Amino acid sequence: MPIISTAGLARTFTGRNGPVEAVRGIDLTVRPGEILGLLGPNGAGKTTTLRMLTTLLPPTGGTATVAGHDLVENPAAVRRHIGYVAQSGGLDPQETVRSELVTQARLYGQDRAGAAARAEELAADLGLTELLDRRTPALSGGQRRRLDLAMGLTHRPEVLFLDEPTTGLDPGSRTDLWALVRRLRDEHGTTVVLTTHYLDEVDALADRLVIVDKGTVVAEDSPAGLKAAHGATTLQEAFLAVTGRGPAPADTTPVAV
Amino acid sequence: MLLRDTALLFGRYARQTLRSPFQIFFGVLMPLLYLLFFGPLLTGLPLGREGDSWQILVPGLLLQLGLFGASFAGFSIIMEKGWGVFDRMRVTPVSRLALLLGRVLRDAALFVFQAVLLVLAAIPMGLRAPVVGILVGFGFVALLSAALASLSYALALKLRTPQEFGPAINTLAMPAMLLSGLMLPMALAPGWLDVVSHLMPFRYLVDAVREAYIGHYTTPTMLYGVLVALGLTALAVTVGTRTFRSAGASLG
Repeated sequence: MPIISTAGLARTFTGRNGPVEAVRGIDLTVRPGEILGLLGPNGAGKTTTLRMLTTLLPPTGGTATVAGHDLVENPAAVRRHIGYVAQSGGLDPQETVRSELVTQARLYGQDRAGAAARAEELAADLGLTELLDRRTPALSGGQRRRLDLAMGLTHRPEVLFLDEPTTGLDPGSRTDLWALVRRLRDEHGTTVVLTTHYLDEVDALADRLVIVDKGTVVAEDSPAGLKAAHGATTLQEAFLAVTGRGPAPADTTPVAV
Repeated sequence: MLLRDTALLFGRYARQTLRSPFQIFFGVLMPLLYLLFFGPLLTGLPLGREGDSWQILVPGLLLQLGLFGASFAGFSIIMEKGWGVFDRMRVTPVSRLALLLGRVLRDAALFVFQAVLLVLAAIPMGLRAPVVGILVGFGFVALLSAALASLSYALALKLRTPQEFGPAINTLAMPAMLLSGLMLPMALAPGWLDVVSHLMPFRYLVDAVREAYIGHYTTPTMLYGVLVALGLTALAVTVGTRTFRSAGASLG
């Protein structure tokens, strides 16, 4: 029984110059406990897909079931079982680490005492205990990212969606975050769907990767399988082969700058 | 669920407001300046209706405070969207209506508090009005603020470019203030202007508060004021909730 399955999931926006098909039809199956890497060039539809799967954006076509609930029919039930960390995070600069964690737990239905306890627990788990009474703008990039993650984990979700979780992090913080994602899966069986532009990240972390281009799935395999299928030694080569975006020939000039 | 979530979010936003004395007191500055430097000009003038000049001006200033303050409430949601806080909350199972009501109640509380300050400042200037009438006036400020704040949040979520928000609000609020006779009663207006001003819902509110300030609570003017205020609030909260439900459905 897959924990996420989508069929023809699509999203068309009405732009000023007519409709824009951001996602044309995504068919996706994710097994419980899997770490899935969602790859694709900029504008491929990765973030739009995540925003649909997390109920932030109603699809304009197709169907999807997330954590046992229909995405369109019952978004409220989906919300109780998923966590989402957006690319830009979601911290209020007027608040302290503690108040953000407590409010988040309360938004997931915990009472005051339960929320305070959960905040302490998450802070201890993610190395934020010393920082609990700091305001969020005083955190470093890596600390912010850990807090964003803690916010997404407040209610122990079955599925965690991470949109470019390590963009802008230093190598040490990236490795820490990878370890954390692996630990979530190994200790809690959490399913993780993450988008990234870093191919070493999926190579190191993902059980399976899905490459999205122009709003559809163009390849789906394990990192090793994808490399083998394209006779590539690195994931970079395989990615470029799949998306057809090889290094630009030297003599062509860009059409528009 | 709705009540609990609304109380939770109201608490969060109220605490944020309490941490910012600037936000609490700045809004009262403009009406206070009108009270100090414009109010005394009216004391000897015939204003075309019952009541002394303070009983006519102060209700107008109270609604002006609500009108300008609450119309700009949407700025806070533009900032929250930018920080990612709005989407972070929408991913949680929190009630969508609570996301709106928590803010709107904070706004209503803030503007009623500012209205209290304004009335306290008006008393030494010469305002005399029945206590019940003054309380009724605060009720109108609360309804007007709630209605306008809801619409302001809806507009802020609809606009694709946040820099359009300030000019859009100014363009709407200025004629609304002038046409509802907040500064001087529309009883002074020529026929055509009086007709136009009756198309402006705030006119019924300010007329009702002026009635309350002279102790008339059971007149048709009061009835119309109450009906328009309740209707406006119900409509605005409906529009606001719909927009909060579908937020993010537009491009960008």
